[in-house]
Amino acid sequence: MGRSLSQQEDTNRRMLRARDEMDRRYAEPLDVPTLAAIAHLSASQFGRVFKDVYGETPHRYLQRRRVERAMTLLRQTDRPVTEVAWDVGFASLGTFSRTFSNIVGCSPTEFRAQHAPVAVPSCFIAAWTRPREHPAPTAPPRTAVSEKREEVDAG
Amino acid sequence: MTTNHITSLHLRSVPVLDQDEALDFYTTHLGFEVRDDIDLGFMRWLTVGVPGQDTALLLELVGGPQHDESTAKQVRELVTKGALGGLFLISDDVQATYAALRDAGVEITQEPVEQPYGTDFGIRDPFGNHVRINQPSGAAAGEVQDAYDAAGAR
Repeated sequence: MGRSLSQQEDTNRRMLRARDEMDRRYAEPLDVPTLAAIAHLSASQFGRVFKDVYGETPHRYLQRRRVERAMTLLRQTDRPVTEVAWDVGFASLGTFSRTFSNIVGCSPTEFRAQHAPVAVPSCFIAAWTRPREHPAPTAPPRTAVSEKREEVDAG
Repeated sequence: MTTNHITSLHLRSVPVLDQDEALDFYTTHLGFEVRDDIDLGFMRWLTVGVPGQDTALLLELVGGPQHDESTAKQVRELVTKGALGGLFLISDDVQATYAALRDAGVEITQEPVEQPYGTDFGIRDPFGNHVRINQPSGAAAGEVQDAYDAAGAR
């Protein structure tokens, strides 16, 4: 190959291969040793480097990928929610519902009721309906009153 | 009816990190033909296209003087992260295209999947650009929407 990649570009390219593998095998359990091998990293390095490149852990990425697929199935089909949960890789309906609600902000049933099927290529649906993380709750601004309360609470 | 006189899409730039490697990929694996390969001194003007079709791709090296060093570095990082846009190609035998690319060792992002609009699969070029290849089902847009509606009927 004629090109010379910087170390970071080479890392990005290897992590992209691993992420593509996660996208393909989203319904299977997270297989860190295999993904790490694809990225030419040790299993212990993989999670940290993935987060450095893509800003989230492999586990969280896989959860969002699965939820995105579930959103598509809920929107495009009339399959029961339990089957959708299994199809996208969740072992229990409870975990699926919790994870879905945590990421999307409503239950799978509520989501289905609010969203109609859409006719655009599947890769765009996957890319554009991948749920974002909710922003972390921010602490209220500190005031003289709140600081006094904290002092009292702390004894 | 618009009055701007635009008649076709002629050229689209694809960011690549090595033009020789890009040329090999797009011609050997995807069957594109070379339209232009001209040393302009300040750049190599390298375009390829699907035989029989006017639209061409400019295989444009990232890092030209239009970008400062920091911006070029960011673009290269985005390409290698798979964060930039993609290409959408049509095949008249998507399974044969898939088998040939898979056997040639091209990175497959998704195996062929039957969709209401056709059967498509995904690959990456050597730099991380996403390419999807579809064999249309032949259904009209309204029929595709009807298929989605029928599948989603509740």
